[in-house]
Amino acid sequence: MEYAVECENLIKEFGHDRILKGINIKIPKGKITTILGFSGAGKSTLIKHFLGLLKPTSGKLTILGEDITKLKDIELRDFRKKFGMLFQYAALFDSMTTFENIAFPLREFTKMSEAEIKERVDSLIKDVGLVKESTYKLPSELSGGMRKRVGLARALALKPEIILYDEPTTGLDPITTKMVNDLIYDTNHSNPELTSIIISHDIQATLKISDYIAFLDKGVVIEFCPTAEFKKTTHPTIRKFLDLTAH
Amino acid sequence: MELITNKVRNSLELIGNSVIEFLDGLGKFTIYFFRLIAWSFRPPYRTKLFFQQVYFIGNKSLFIVALTSTFSGMVMAYQSYLGFSVMNAHTLVGPIVAIGLAKELGPVFSALIVTGRCGAAMAAEIGTMKVTEQIDALEVMGISSIQYLGVPRLWAATISLPMLSMIFLLVGNIGSYMVGVHLLSIEEVKYFAKLRDFMEMSDIYEGLIKAGGFGFMIGLIGTYHGFQVKGGAEGVGKGTNAAVVWGMITVLIADFFLTSILVKLLE
Ligand SMILES: Nc1ncnc2c1ncn2[C@@H]1O[C@H](COP(=O)(O)OP(=O)(O)OP(=O)(O)O)[C@@H](O)[C@H]1O
Ligand SMILES: [Mg+2]
Repeated sequence: MEYAVECENLIKEFGHDRILKGINIKIPKGKITTILGFSGAGKSTLIKHFLGLLKPTSGKLTILGEDITKLKDIELRDFRKKFGMLFQYAALFDSMTTFENIAFPLREFTKMSEAEIKERVDSLIKDVGLVKESTYKLPSELSGGMRKRVGLARALALKPEIILYDEPTTGLDPITTKMVNDLIYDTNHSNPELTSIIISHDIQATLKISDYIAFLDKGVVIEFCPTAEFKKTTHPTIRKFLDLTAH
Repeated sequence: MELITNKVRNSLELIGNSVIEFLDGLGKFTIYFFRLIAWSFRPPYRTKLFFQQVYFIGNKSLFIVALTSTFSGMVMAYQSYLGFSVMNAHTLVGPIVAIGLAKELGPVFSALIVTGRCGAAMAAEIGTMKVTEQIDALEVMGISSIQYLGVPRLWAATISLPMLSMIFLLVGNIGSYMVGVHLLSIEEVKYFAKLRDFMEMSDIYEGLIKAGGFGFMIGLIGTYHGFQVKGGAEGVGKGTNAAVVWGMITVLIADFFLTSILVKLLE
């Protein structure tokens, strides 16, 4: 199997606090992997390492075959273009319309003409299921669900190899939640090369859409396996988490 | 006895903590300063964002600068007339007001106006982007937020302030002329003759260089407090407030030191 992300004994300390205490995980390419865990377990800290926004105190981190701990700042910035990220509240640029938000990475990093950009943005808008009327609206005029769609379209604009979702459904109503989960699933399945990594508390959706699940507890991965196995785990901490969030 | 030692210990701790906090802030500020400068000289150069910011600063401040300068010129003309007419030197009103506007009032008042209008807006905009993860979104795309947001604002403020200060000088002089010549009946020919005799180009240069320095500091402090914002809307409010307070204090203190240096240099 090919791996998108490989962590070997990854340790991160902030001052005297050891937040990641030796992470070992190999996230397969082309699949949906969800990272679960209690609040404060270190999930966000871990994906910031994937993006190279944080440097590990020690350990190895290989992404798409490249040891990113060895990259310089400028090289890292370049490397990040292989990633797309959907933020919890979409993090759209609020001075820009839907169109400009999605076109932003294209204008920054490609030499596409305005006509080509228009074509690409229109097709992305269709892919994420936005209606045409939202094209020239500002983020403040969109609903939370629509903003998520715009954020996803922007994240997909440069055809990333890995897409990260930080708590994609936290704070959304059940219908929008289902919509976002379907969107993640569809996006992954219509791009066979795309690796999706999700951070989530939403256990029901996680079980439905993920191929693999990792459970992070107090800075250690205590379980990492295919979803079917994960459901049957006997690990007491995970059972507690599953039972607490069962409804 | 124990009560007293406790009290002493507590106050020492308080002082110690504030000293550490101050030094910590100073360190962060210094690092930010060098990063901002370093990113200023790395492509891509974002000229469009720079001109947008110049326009924004001009748009926000021009009217207030014009209004303030008219009345400053008028009141200065009036006050100096009252003083000088005692010694029958009232024809000196022209150059006194003009030099005062060029060297002090123009740069300092423009700087205070820009701090309140634009330094605050810089901190609020960047702070809002920070708490809504828009800064993270830029960084994740591989774009330096300092280069994209900080650099254009820094240099726009540095360039705009001398221009505003120049406008302050011109409009202020019109106010002074109106009061001096038309209200207080100083002979027009003498008013301009004295102006030519006493006013020098170096007075104007001094003011412009100072204004540029103030603009730089306002941009630096405004954007710094934006990037430092933590938490939600409350954090943005705090950052905005800090940008205005520190911006104004810095302008007023820097005025003294810049003046001392420039007087020596332009001699
Ligand atoms: N820059 C930092 N400096 C110091 N401590 C940090 C920093 N970032 C995170 N931490 C600490 O690391 C721990 C893990 O934080 P993290 O945000 O990764 O948790 P999380 O699993 O994402 O939690 P949540 O589900 O609440 O988002 C927390 O105790 C946090 O205080
Ligand atoms: Mg988190």
